[in-house]
Amino acid sequence: MKVAKDLVAASATPMVLGILAEGQSYGYAILRRINELSGGELAWTEGLLYPLLHRLERLGYVESSWQSVTGERRRKYYRINEKGLAELAEQRRQWDTVVDALKEIWPGRGDHRPLTAIPPGCQA
Amino acid sequence: MTARESHEELAAQFAQWRQYVQRRRELQPADADELEDHLRDSVDALVAVGLSADEAFLVAVKRMGSLDELSREFAREHSERLWKQLVLTGEPGSTAAGARSRRDLWVMVLCAAGAAASVKVPELFGMRLNEDGAFYGPNFSLFALPWLAGFIAWRRQARRPLIAILAALFALGAVAANVYQLTETSQSVVLTGIHLPIALWLVVGLSYVADDWRSSRRRMDFIRFTGEWFVYFVLIALGGGVLMAFMFGTFEAIGIDPEQFVSLWLMPCGAVAAVVVAGWLVEAKQGVVENIAPVLTRLFTPLFTAVLLAFLFAVVRTRSGIDVEREALILFDLMLVVVLGLLLYSLSARDPLAPAGLFDKLQLALVLSALAIDVLVLLEITQRITEFGTTPNKAAALGENVILLANLAWSALLLLRFTRRQTPFAALERWQTGYLPVYAVWAWIVVLVFPPLFSYA
Repeated sequence: MKVAKDLVAASATPMVLGILAEGQSYGYAILRRINELSGGELAWTEGLLYPLLHRLERLGYVESSWQSVTGERRRKYYRINEKGLAELAEQRRQWDTVVDALKEIWPGRGDHRPLTAIPPGCQA
Repeated sequence: MTARESHEELAAQFAQWRQYVQRRRELQPADADELEDHLRDSVDALVAVGLSADEAFLVAVKRMGSLDELSREFAREHSERLWKQLVLTGEPGSTAAGARSRRDLWVMVLCAAGAAASVKVPELFGMRLNEDGAFYGPNFSLFALPWLAGFIAWRRQARRPLIAILAALFALGAVAANVYQLTETSQSVVLTGIHLPIALWLVVGLSYVADDWRSSRRRMDFIRFTGEWFVYFVLIALGGGVLMAFMFGTFEAIGIDPEQFVSLWLMPCGAVAAVVVAGWLVEAKQGVVENIAPVLTRLFTPLFTAVLLAFLFAVVRTRSGIDVEREALILFDLMLVVVLGLLLYSLSARDPLAPAGLFDKLQLALVLSALAIDVLVLLEITQRITEFGTTPNKAAALGENVILLANLAWSALLLLRFTRRQTPFAALERWQTGYLPVYAVWAWIVVLVFPPLFSYA
């Protein structure tokens, strides 16, 4: 199963902001982390990630700098800032609403409530 | 393969990949660095699970996806990169080039201000812009072009002898414009007003080609410069027109009439300053914006060819002679100038090594139809001159016609031989650049010799 492209795109911003909230990171590591989190189900490309990082930087949610950590190559690291954390919190609220609503209509795995359609006009 | 060899091969592959990336305008060097770092991480990870270096490289590149797709995604976020920007004061990073273009900017401002001021200097000696047309008409180019030539000579760091020659030629122009005391209604004053700018523009050309004035390539650069300068000047003039319309409208609304200010200050000073500014723009934006003159030529060559062919067809079909009045002769001169311009600017943008194509044949058709029309006109006009005698205007128009005709006839021959692959394209280019002094000589003759020749008529 692969997650649909639209859904990947819609969840991209909170995903990246969430990963950066764990600590500063760089492109390749972010992609690897996404892979890890989704068990390889989320198909991210470089063409999605880097322009997105640049956009978040332009919007002022993240800051970037070229750094060389000892023993490694010089890399462009991205770091989330106050505004980015606020945006992440906002996105989280929105996603929680969506997820909660979906949970309401979709029966959980242990739940054997039959899926019965109620004909319109027959409630009450 | 040893570890060192494979390491070198990998470095070469990365270098090649970078070249491909750098060709994309959407991807800037910083992006290339970032993507390269990503690619290296991918390669390292793949090598760690047991792939050889070049296998790992292939897989990593493949995973990154095609550059087309990648740059499309980048373009969506950085759409401004597809529009080349004119950077007036240099890139923030590069200090040497930045300092140079800042200096250019200041010298340009100085020259433009000098040109604007010099228009008003004659007023100190009692000349009035709106009354002394006989003075301002022939002299106008002398207020602007020396400043432009000065700016270009400064940029080229021209040597002393060249500067002396330029100064002498401008002085000669000043003498020609003022020594003959032509009256405002004479034909000669108009002719000087038209031909002196041409002569002086070619003096500007001398400052442009600087030390290498024999080089055909440098002269071609000057032709390109002329076309771009003209386009910029027209654009600035359009902007100036809008500015003036606003001034009239807004100031009249509060009961102040701005006409005196506009016609005596804004328009003359703005026009001569625009001459310098346009020249600076062409120099500053070289390589930043696609040259526009060749694009316009490409658009209009087929259209002009169609019109000229239709005209020829109509003349033959109706068997009506061309009614050659003086205005008509000037109109046909202008037609030749336009055809020559179309020819020159498509030459200037052409890859000299490309083989002859459809467009070259189209140009041949354009030149041939212009020639055919012009021969008809010339026959009429010589008949008329032998009947009624000559005037300065007729003589000048006829002379120009002959000069342009000679140029285009030989161009047509060269074009024909080029489309038949008998001569290289360079011959055509050399012919056009070699012809430039002919225009200069003729313009100076009209300015210097015509007034006494026709007893200041």
